[in-house]
Amino acid sequence: MSVELEQIASSAVQLAMDAGATDAECTIAEGSEFEVSLRKGEIETLKQAGSRGVGIRVLRGQRAGSAYTSDLTPEGIVTMVTSAMEIAEVTSEDPFAGLPDRGLLGKIDVDLQLFHDDVESVTTEAKIEMARLAESTALAADPRITNSEGASFGSGEGRRVFANSRGFVGSYRYSSCSLHTVPVAKDGDSMERDSWSSSARSFAKLESPEEVGKKAAARVLRRLHPRKVATQKCPIVLDRRMARGFASHLFEALNGSSIYRKSSFLAGKLGEKIAVDGLTLIDDPTIPGLFGSYPFDDEGVPGRRKVVIENGVLRSYLLNTYSARKLGLETTGNASRGLSGNAGVGIGNFYIEKGSVSDDEIIRSVKSGFYVTELIGSGVSVVTGDYSRGAAGQWIENGELVYPVSEVTIAGNLRDMLMKIDAIGSDLEFRGSIASPTLLIGEMTVSGQ
Amino acid sequence: MAFRESFFAVRFGLTEHDLERYLTAALASGGDYADVYFEYLSTTNITIDESIVKSATQGVTMGVGVRVISGEKTGYAYSDDLSPERILQAAKVASRIASGPSKIEKTGLDEAPRRNLYPVLTSSSDTSLAERVALVKRAEQAARAADARVFQVTAVYADALKHVLVATSDGALSFDRQPMTRMNVSALAKIGDGVPQQGYSGAGGRVGLEYFEKTTPESISEEAVRQAIVLLDAVEAPAGEMTVVLGPGWPGILLHEAVGHGLESDFNRKGVSAFSGRVGQQVASPLCTVVDDGTMDSRRGSLNVDDEGVMSQQNVLIENGILRGYLTDKLSQRITGIQSTGSGRRESYQHIPMPRMTNTFMLAGESDPQEIIQSVQKGLYCANFAGGQVDITSGNFVFDATETYLIEDGKVTRPVRGATLIGNGPEALKWVSMVGHDLKLDQGVGVCGKDGQYVPVGVGIPTIKIDKITVGGTGA
Repeated sequence: MSVELEQIASSAVQLAMDAGATDAECTIAEGSEFEVSLRKGEIETLKQAGSRGVGIRVLRGQRAGSAYTSDLTPEGIVTMVTSAMEIAEVTSEDPFAGLPDRGLLGKIDVDLQLFHDDVESVTTEAKIEMARLAESTALAADPRITNSEGASFGSGEGRRVFANSRGFVGSYRYSSCSLHTVPVAKDGDSMERDSWSSSARSFAKLESPEEVGKKAAARVLRRLHPRKVATQKCPIVLDRRMARGFASHLFEALNGSSIYRKSSFLAGKLGEKIAVDGLTLIDDPTIPGLFGSYPFDDEGVPGRRKVVIENGVLRSYLLNTYSARKLGLETTGNASRGLSGNAGVGIGNFYIEKGSVSDDEIIRSVKSGFYVTELIGSGVSVVTGDYSRGAAGQWIENGELVYPVSEVTIAGNLRDMLMKIDAIGSDLEFRGSIASPTLLIGEMTVSGQ
Repeated sequence: MAFRESFFAVRFGLTEHDLERYLTAALASGGDYADVYFEYLSTTNITIDESIVKSATQGVTMGVGVRVISGEKTGYAYSDDLSPERILQAAKVASRIASGPSKIEKTGLDEAPRRNLYPVLTSSSDTSLAERVALVKRAEQAARAADARVFQVTAVYADALKHVLVATSDGALSFDRQPMTRMNVSALAKIGDGVPQQGYSGAGGRVGLEYFEKTTPESISEEAVRQAIVLLDAVEAPAGEMTVVLGPGWPGILLHEAVGHGLESDFNRKGVSAFSGRVGQQVASPLCTVVDDGTMDSRRGSLNVDDEGVMSQQNVLIENGILRGYLTDKLSQRITGIQSTGSGRRESYQHIPMPRMTNTFMLAGESDPQEIIQSVQKGLYCANFAGGQVDITSGNFVFDATETYLIEDGKVTRPVRGATLIGNGPEALKWVSMVGHDLKLDQGVGVCGKDGQYVPVGVGIPTIKIDKITVGGTGA
């Protein structure tokens, strides 16, 4: 299959070159998905299917044009290439447009273990049973857990193929699976939901259904009867899932496209101290088995590890070829795109390095503050750094979690938050392509009553 | 137009006989209901950044989804290949959800009555690319010209034309041609070496390019620039509970988050929504009447027919503060017996339909908008929002204010920086104490996400006063 798709991609590039393109690049994505969801032990949905698509980007001199289609027949490809060539007549001359230099192209040759055939070998019955067990474990955990939004098991595999007119052709296969459950707890007039999920590239790495069910149950129970605390300034502890969200804002702020457009509060700060001493942030697409790993980026440049923030000093932006040229730098192998269009910027495994204290010790160190376990809304601007989001979690009094809190917001500015990280936990774990240990932020504004 | 003249019949030679064959295959293992959904989507995107047309993309995707319902169970499969073999294969996969002989008698297909809520003279996709590029250029140039403090402008134009066809085992056959066009402008402004501020504006709907004769690209740009400039003088937003006045139009996102999602029937039949079991109860102030209306002319959330072949309609959700009903789809109808409200929607052929909003808004009241502002001693006036989110179980929702001003002694005064507002769905609207006569709908760029599926929606609201809601700023 991979040979066939690589041939299709190469021939699409050749078609474009024959039609007068000066350069061309082609992406093919193929994937299949399976998902079963249950609620109260009964199957709700069972979905299984696959699809594929192809996209092309052509250059006519310094003008780019893109097109995509789900029709991979020879006629479909011809129509797509013709369409992209037409589009390249109406776009503008862009002196910075272009493919990566030949010397930068390549793939890392370590086996990144992105595909595991154990995912495919699990029977549908076994998948259903796992979802059932995750949900029933959560429902059995406490009489106050009376309802459920269900549980699901999802799995998928796919292949990504890329070819360009500078001699690059490559493909890689990947797999993933996940188990998820959402219990609902009720006590008096308080009703809350929470969830837990485990996901991995290999079936063997998934947490057990019992573990998923127990964690979901513990999370929902501690939310019952929340209070709305008074408006105040206080220390904020972000649990590692919420700290991931914080790291994702840093990614947006370090995205080369925002840097050259000066639409990030971190633009122009290379080499400057932007965070506390202990903060080190890494982007590494080369760690085997993880969700953010890739042998080559979406322009055919090998993935590589880079230290983004080193002990509080900004060392690198995240760049594709275009943003690198705009900034007079070299691509960091972070090109990312769907099927077509100009490449954007993505991440490998983007994580805050772990510190030396446990999450428990961090909570114990807080006299009065807010342990945040959920954030909603998107009130974060990487242009200004302004940060304001809805929050829920637990109140900390003298180092102890004393009662649940909800219907409040936490607010501040990313610039200040980076300089006020007072503690970094030792509990780093990779659940997706972004990861962070628990973080203690010295002071933010909690808005409540 | 008869089925034989419809897009899929003409382009792919699809016949009623084919559709019946697929439905029969879907019900081969039993089941109570099946449908097949055909989709053909063509899109164009043009982006101007840093004053040049940096990228443009055209694309086509197509596919068929087959669904089988057996009791409360749904089987689903899809194919991106429209050949009979692949569709029959998908039907077979979907049919595995059921077992036993089929309990339904199929009666052949009847074409559903047709209407056209979005007549488009010339579809955007039939207009030359150069003409569409010229529109985006106008927007970009207007933004640059509007104010010398603007230093970055991105203008994006996007159109899509979606052909859909739904055939169901209960005999309905419907098809629709769904155009969508929009333009967005984002502008960054700064003074000297100060902190830049961003303004954003967009407009569109189920329209053709003639739309931009009235809502000009220049007007969209000027609005984006105006917002960025306003923010250059913004002070810290306050923190804590206070009186908030929402301006008309896009702030209607409050309704979408505070009540809309909580009234979708899938959450309610499962008893996991803060609104579950509350029909007939007071959930808002008597001044509030909230409707969801999929039948509005040319609007972004409108649909001639939903993605399950049911005609969209106007649904009253809250009437004078009393909860009247939920938004339902065919699955909920099968389980609860309550007729579908034409709210079954899906992102694409790869997705299972579920109850969703269309255009959600509050009916106009009687107050003069100026009097509403004058009635506030100290509070906030929110003119624009970015987005929002809700936890339907606890009912807590947020929406993110982007253009906000202080109200001091009955007057709108200084602009404040972006802040999140947080409230609780069944409680927040009880604090509505004034409703203006100035109902306005949004400009047509809303997108709603639920369970990973994104669909276009509209919102609207008159000026309203909420006596108490929490504002998540950093100031005193």
